[in-house]
Amino acid sequence: MGTFMSKTITIDGQVVPFKEGQTIMDAAMAADVYIPHLCHNPEFTPHGSCKLCTVKVNGRNVASCTMPAVEGQQVLSDTLELNDERLSLTQMLFVEGNHICPSCEKSGNCQLQAVAYYLGMMSPHYNHFYPQREVDASHPDVLLDRNRCIYCELCVRASRDVDGKNVFGLSGRGIGSTLVVNSASGLLGDTNLAATDKAMQVCPTGALLKKRQGFTVPIGQRIFDHHTIKDVQLGDKHE
Amino acid sequence: MQQPESSDLSRILAPVLARHGKDSAQLLQILRDVQDACHHIPAEAIDQIAAHLDVPRVTVEGVVGFYSFLSTQPVGQYRLLFSNNITDQMLGKDDLLKYLCNKLWVEQGRVSEDGLISVDNTSCTGMCDQGPAALINGWPLTNLDQNRLDLIAELIRSQKPVAEWPPMLFEVVDNICRTDVLLGEPFTPGAAIKQVLARGAKETLAEMDQSNLRGRGGAGFKTASKWSFCHAAIAEEEGSVICDIGGNPERFIVCNADEGEPGTFKDRVLLNSHADLVFEGMTVGARVVGASKGFLYLRGEYRYLLEKLEGVLKRRREAGLLGDNILGQAGFSFDIEIHLGAGAYICGEESALIESLEGKRGRPRNRPPFPVTHGYKGRPTVVDNVETFACSARIAEKGGEWFAAMGTAQSTGTKLLSISGDVARPGIYEYPFGVTLRQILDDCGAEDPYAVQVSGPSGVMVSWKEFDRKIAFEDLPTAGAFMVFKRSRDLFQAARNFAHFFAHESCGFCTPCRVGTQLQKKIMDKIGSGHGTICDMEELKRLGFILKSMSHCGLGSSAANPMLDALEKFPDVFERKLKALAFEPAFDLDGALETARRITGRDDEWAHL
Ligand SMILES: Cc1cc2nc3c(=O)[nH]c(=O)nc-3n(C[C@H](O)[C@H](O)[C@H](O)COP(=O)(O)O)c2cc1C
Ligand code: SF4
Ligand code: SF4
Ligand code: FES
Ligand code: FES
Repeated sequence: MGTFMSKTITIDGQVVPFKEGQTIMDAAMAADVYIPHLCHNPEFTPHGSCKLCTVKVNGRNVASCTMPAVEGQQVLSDTLELNDERLSLTQMLFVEGNHICPSCEKSGNCQLQAVAYYLGMMSPHYNHFYPQREVDASHPDVLLDRNRCIYCELCVRASRDVDGKNVFGLSGRGIGSTLVVNSASGLLGDTNLAATDKAMQVCPTGALLKKRQGFTVPIGQRIFDHHTIKDVQLGDKHE
Repeated sequence: MQQPESSDLSRILAPVLARHGKDSAQLLQILRDVQDACHHIPAEAIDQIAAHLDVPRVTVEGVVGFYSFLSTQPVGQYRLLFSNNITDQMLGKDDLLKYLCNKLWVEQGRVSEDGLISVDNTSCTGMCDQGPAALINGWPLTNLDQNRLDLIAELIRSQKPVAEWPPMLFEVVDNICRTDVLLGEPFTPGAAIKQVLARGAKETLAEMDQSNLRGRGGAGFKTASKWSFCHAAIAEEEGSVICDIGGNPERFIVCNADEGEPGTFKDRVLLNSHADLVFEGMTVGARVVGASKGFLYLRGEYRYLLEKLEGVLKRRREAGLLGDNILGQAGFSFDIEIHLGAGAYICGEESALIESLEGKRGRPRNRPPFPVTHGYKGRPTVVDNVETFACSARIAEKGGEWFAAMGTAQSTGTKLLSISGDVARPGIYEYPFGVTLRQILDDCGAEDPYAVQVSGPSGVMVSWKEFDRKIAFEDLPTAGAFMVFKRSRDLFQAARNFAHFFAHESCGFCTPCRVGTQLQKKIMDKIGSGHGTICDMEELKRLGFILKSMSHCGLGSSAANPMLDALEKFPDVFERKLKALAFEPAFDLDGALETARRITGRDDEWAHL
């Protein structure tokens, strides 16, 4: 910690400094404290939808990625109860979509899968919804498989805020939510998305994939085959 | 269904776009008009609207997809939506829906081949005291029975425009059964504003403070505190769009007339018969916080009140009670604009309501910051319930002490209840806070009451053992719904209806609510169809815990209440339905073969499990 920061919170008893304007998640990450998360990516404005990052602050549950750190907060995160609830949320994300990891190109690099490993998920627990969701292969360089979308809106944010293109958006409501793209045909091929866009680098799952990259890195040699998501997201890959 | 030609479409769109201007906050209002005219939002309209408002196409599409009353696919020229509250069901709605579908040869949820008609359910339309109710092209139908449906079917077949249907079909009555200071005493428009101008804004806030008025929309936050936070707020200008209507920094007064909680209909009656009181309360609020612009967010289901309310606003402008220099007070400018919702319960949640006012998907915001500092267009905004504003007008006129003398110490004043279900006299009852359920049940002629759903599905299911409890923030807080169930009712069916309601209305933003409300619904259906086990009851409790503790907003965190209450207070209504006490798979193997049987045309012994 280079600069002196006078304000602190505690997370699971550990004193964690923070700067004005930081969220609990920001402060935690800066102090190498891992709080499981899926819809958060420090490069973008916090979203707060997956709720995996929920922590208990002074007895109340809040999403740590959106909650500002405030002097003296006593935060509980790595507790049996919270990890159990995070596990349930992860299971919910699996059953509401169609996730067939063994045949998915993202397997081993997928954050949903990695969080599931981290939380010790052994089964989906809930009954699968088997929704019918559309796959869009119309783009020459990109495959959009909505079966794996978890509505984190990272692609939405990246395309809007970094690429300045607004290629993605959310439509529908509730369980009928769906990722839509910015073209009258509804097809990705008719948008101005480029494979090099920031939006193509942020999807935590295998919903947005670059074409013709299939299994260039063999299964078994991928990120989460060797590192936990905790180590990866704290930027410490123990290489 | 004939798609409008593009020249037709332009002819429809041009006046709509001209009327609403180029502010993207008008998007939802524009889409409502287009849906009315075209029975859907054609793809080409999305392009043109996006271009007109200078927003991405995907934004417009996202808004269309969010609201129940908007659709990208054509609905029937006559779209009949049955109110699906439990009270409608108790009055025979399910059979009536089937009856009409049979009569018109149309499948529920589908559009007839000729594009003429579609029939479906919709969430409670706020007519529980005169159900079964429905909406035809957005206009309320009440007291439905087979005779009326015969007539309606005839009107539809002969393609008579809805505007020419017999008015008695659309009759909506107030049913005010008990009055007190809010509904019972006369009010002269302007009386409260005069007092405020004589007394001063600060002094009026002091009266509000003394009255101890707490919000009538459910949460019960002290209104004076909200108003003073808003007054004090200097919104962070950074990143927020600054509105230059009137003074700067701009603040806003928003009246929450979304009234989406099933079983609640008191705001409808206030707006129908006491709109002056409500608008006057908003004007009082505007003076206190220093706002010059107000919005009435009127749920789409109450669209039929729009012209009447516009008329009241016009009359108030003419009387100098709205507009510039109100009642001759230099610099006191305030006006009210009405925005319509389009079928989304979540838009009653104040931050989702603000998103919707801004023309967006009704997604609850992350908080902090709260609307009092960062509300409409990022500016300090007060959002209060219809009844709260009506109370505020009375307080401004008669003083805080007068108001605080009624009710209990922690719950001052009176409360409007919307009573429906198994009672002889359903309707609106105004009581001082502190009244017992027993008293209320007596007054409304409840027949062998067994349970009351206080404050709607998101409230509490109260059992007959608790009828000495009181309506008060310190005991049973309520936004107004009061649905009575007699002993012979199936309370499981009530809980199941509510589970369906929440699953339908979840905005889908957060994982626990989007998926958890579906899981609840599926489990309730499984139990309801006789396939439930003890495990399913345990699963409901666990889901309830997750929904309560992990959800993003009040919808998710209260979505398990009916199940948890029923499990705790009426476990027998579940147990009676359980098939076995041990495990029972949710997956119906034989049922899953049905498609294969249909495809192969087989139905022999070997095609079954
Ligand atoms: C899902 C949900 C729906 C709500 N619906 C309404 C509503 O229809 N009307 C209302 O006044 N408040 C509703 N509320 C409460 C509002 O968020 C807000 O607290 C209220 O409008 C504040 O006004 P009050 O202080 O006058 O009660 C709802 C809250 C939630 C979480
Ligand atoms: S996206 Fe992730 S979780 Fe989903 S199938 Fe692919 S690897 Fe599995
Ligand atoms: S496609 Fe990927 S990045 Fe976009 S919302 Fe879905 S899961 Fe998130
Ligand atoms: S990481 Fe905080 S809600 Fe998703
Ligand atoms: S959608 Fe409102 S709580 Fe999740």
